[in-house]
Amino acid sequence: MFWLPASVSGRSYALLLAILALAPFILEWANQPFYLDLLSRALILGIAAISLNLILGFGGMISLGHAAYIGIGAYCVGIPSYYDYYNGWLHLALALSVSAIFALITGAISLRTKGVYFIMITMAFSQMGYFTFLSMEEYGADDGLVIYSRSEFPEWMSMDSDVSLYYWIFAVLLLSLFCTHRLVQARFGRVIVGSRFNEQRMQALGFNTYRYRLTCYVISAMMCSVAGMLFGNFAGFISPDIMGWARSGELIFMVIIGGVATFFGPLVGTIVFVLLEEILSTITVYWHLIFGVMLVALVLFGKGGIHGWLSSWDRKDEDHG
Amino acid sequence: MDWNLLITQLMNGLQLGLLLFLLASGLTLIFGIMDFINLSHGSFYMIGAYFCGTVVAKTGSFITGVIVGLIGVFVVGALVEWLIARKLYRKDHLDHVLVTFGLILIFDTLVHLLWGASGMAIPLPDVLNGQLSVGSLVLPTYRLLIIVAGLLVAAILFILVTKTRLGMLIRAGASNRTMVEALGVNIDRLFLVVFALGAAMAGLAGMLIAPITEASIGMGNDIIIVAFVVVIVGGIGSVKGAFYAALIIGLIDTLSRSYLDRLLTLAMPGNYAETAAPALSAMLIYILMAGVLAFRPQGLFPIAGMK
Amino acid sequence: MLIRIMRTVLIASAITLTGVAQAASVKIGFITTLTTPAGVIGEDMKNSVMLALEHIDNKMGNLDVELIMEDDGFKPDIGKQKTDKLVKQDDVDFVAGYIWSHVLLASMNSVTSANKFLISANAGPSQIAGKRCHPNFFSTSWQNDQTPMALGEYLNQEGVKSIYIMAPNYAAGKDMAAGVEAVFKGEIKGKDLTKWGADAQLDFSAELAKAKASGAEALYVFYPGKAGGAFIKQYQQAGLQGKLPLYTAFTVDSIALPKLQAAKLDGVLGSKMAQQWSPDMDNAANQRFVSDYLKKHGKYPSFYGAQSYDAIMLIKSAVEATGGNLKDKDALRKALMAADYDSVRGRYTYGNNHMPIQNFYLREVVEDSEGRWTTKIVKTVYENHQDLHASKCKM
Repeated sequence: MFWLPASVSGRSYALLLAILALAPFILEWANQPFYLDLLSRALILGIAAISLNLILGFGGMISLGHAAYIGIGAYCVGIPSYYDYYNGWLHLALALSVSAIFALITGAISLRTKGVYFIMITMAFSQMGYFTFLSMEEYGADDGLVIYSRSEFPEWMSMDSDVSLYYWIFAVLLLSLFCTHRLVQARFGRVIVGSRFNEQRMQALGFNTYRYRLTCYVISAMMCSVAGMLFGNFAGFISPDIMGWARSGELIFMVIIGGVATFFGPLVGTIVFVLLEEILSTITVYWHLIFGVMLVALVLFGKGGIHGWLSSWDRKDEDHG
Repeated sequence: MDWNLLITQLMNGLQLGLLLFLLASGLTLIFGIMDFINLSHGSFYMIGAYFCGTVVAKTGSFITGVIVGLIGVFVVGALVEWLIARKLYRKDHLDHVLVTFGLILIFDTLVHLLWGASGMAIPLPDVLNGQLSVGSLVLPTYRLLIIVAGLLVAAILFILVTKTRLGMLIRAGASNRTMVEALGVNIDRLFLVVFALGAAMAGLAGMLIAPITEASIGMGNDIIIVAFVVVIVGGIGSVKGAFYAALIIGLIDTLSRSYLDRLLTLAMPGNYAETAAPALSAMLIYILMAGVLAFRPQGLFPIAGMK
Repeated sequence: MLIRIMRTVLIASAITLTGVAQAASVKIGFITTLTTPAGVIGEDMKNSVMLALEHIDNKMGNLDVELIMEDDGFKPDIGKQKTDKLVKQDDVDFVAGYIWSHVLLASMNSVTSANKFLISANAGPSQIAGKRCHPNFFSTSWQNDQTPMALGEYLNQEGVKSIYIMAPNYAAGKDMAAGVEAVFKGEIKGKDLTKWGADAQLDFSAELAKAKASGAEALYVFYPGKAGGAFIKQYQQAGLQGKLPLYTAFTVDSIALPKLQAAKLDGVLGSKMAQQWSPDMDNAANQRFVSDYLKKHGKYPSFYGAQSYDAIMLIKSAVEATGGNLKDKDALRKALMAADYDSVRGRYTYGNNHMPIQNFYLREVVEDSEGRWTTKIVKTVYENHQDLHASKCKM
């Protein structure tokens, strides 16, 4: 199966997960609490990128509105907290159901379109979400909402400390990697990937491709809303800005940088993106220039994102060994 | 009903619409003919304003600024096409988005490096700084100039597209690219000219708005999304569609900003309406686009032959 | 690749670790906006902070000053992220700066919960002056409402009967409108809150037409930074000059004036605003600040700069009063509370909510002896004025 990275670069990814699992201890030892923040942030966005990759990479549905679901997830923490409802299960259930409903309605309309029209209509819907939250004076409107306390869960799975929140994020990350893998491997995934390349053929085989694609879109949205729910808890602050089209664009870049339609690509892309942003921005205020040149170079000269490089690097290794 | 206010607002909407048209016409041609999504089209808008401002500061003449600025943006547009965009036409839309987003970052930072963060004011000749009054109606002269200039460019563009050989090729290219290539036309040169012309028109829009709002970094990034909405609503590749869609969106935006808050106070407390009205009026154009895409995906004025 | 990234992280960490090792310094983090068009405000603040450090020879008592400046990109979440970095990574003793109320609101908790001090050099949202006040928060500026209140008071004194209000749609914009509304006795004919943020609305044609049609006697606006210049220009182009007198808060400042002068928009000459400071204030600290700033940068500093300069001086006074013992937070707090330093606006005191109790003046735009446009104090509107939210603060 061409999209599977299984044979190549497996080692690098196993190493990556091992490092991520141990990160809090390493950073504790190095006395670098801020990098735990940075990593938490990267993994949250990584979950969002993995969810986007499900529709964008495997399904070929380029959504320029995926950040809306991060926003929905985060507001599902912020708004109940505003009314002193801190129950984490409530937050989670709200995030999942609100995002599912929003995705079902907007997806049903958006999926009637193809290609660039799909890009634009998803952008339109997310802008509507953005302006909806922007108009809600009660929840801070443009100024955003400060979330003073994290979602409450039973003692053993509390997210109160920064380290326990990190492991929450890490667990959700593993779960979303696992789900993506299972989904894509199953018949469901074959229909999704198949209809990306030849929808007529899939329909001729008797699949209602529209329904499959819509289901895929809704699952991806729900996965992303959990990332949003974690983001609300992590940042302690939520503003409509997080749902703007530029943020959706950034998510797309994270997926592409890492490698489209690969399991680990989006995660790697996100970590690289967040670290680059942090490191470059401490070097110079003109860091956008470096970043822009890298983006252009990536497309003009790079192939298949970081995953592509890793693969060729692994292959070279194998050739020599 | 205050009729003077309504007329003023209609003129304001017309002005915004024409500026959007200047941006969107190039965008829709590049989109339609080369099948190229150019997010960095807004950078030409910004560069135009800065070029013009620099020349005006040196020479003191607004007209010179506009002419030199137009040539400058045309050259920058041609360079971008030649060095970068040309290599991407055959790649997919995702790559276009990625590269042109990178270009936005590059252009924004270059402007920051060259001209600083503070933005640039462009002084107008005294004639243009005044007002014209018709009866009890008083309108800023300069805004009328924008309307006249916008209509003039639109007219020239229509003649160019409908009456000239270049226009014939452009129309043919938008509806059937392979056919134009089969005719033995130098397709590379056609693309170069269309791209640079589109850039120059975007630059003109930037030059026209800068004396009102000042030239600033990133000034094109927000309006470019609205320009994309115009392109989609009007139908990709259709200059006529872009014209009507731009006017519709300009009017919707201006009129909702003027009247929506009063409408909303009928339905909710005043302080909520104050916050909700600007957000809702900004949302309206996206609702329009989603509606068009859902019910008439080819746009309101599609060109024949395009699927 | 990954190993390389990890290595970069570890090297970066090592660098900062060695940074921590140098003791005997006071670390100040400063958050402002250096990118986006609003970066012009940040530049002014940065220039003023640098000038302050030059004036004190980079020393507070016998401690060296280590300054770390960060850019909030005009976004609350980035501001918070940078604040977290300053607090957790750089382990600064003070975090100062903050132009924007919404950035401050998002970031404040990160500083105060780590028991460090936050000195706001500009933003003064009503929440922090009231319910969400904190012992470790101090301001060298004002509470958002105060300046517009002073302006409203002046409008009353002038006998203005009705006004139209325009402000951007964010925390400070709403406070600025509320301040005038709280004091002004005449009629408010209308109010527009326009889109703000990195993609702020800059064409005010629709709103200006409404203001004109409303029949109001005067126009009151709050448009900080770049938007101010754009607004004044359109105000003049719309022919409202002389017909609808303009009163402003934080709109016409030393950042906007040189550009307005370059664009020859002389309609702004003579326009009036309220402010707690002006470049022409006659005290030794201010004279030194303004003249050295003029020498170095060829233009007047703005109030943002003045407040940033003060923030450094306030920190210095506290560090010196405690003999450089940065561990003793209570002593530091007491010393900050005393405001025992020569502010460029003259002496002021702190209220229970740690907002300044200070004078507010009416300023007018004039031409200085060298032909530069600047502002001059006309009269005192409020003496020792305290904000309205102080009573809601339980401190």
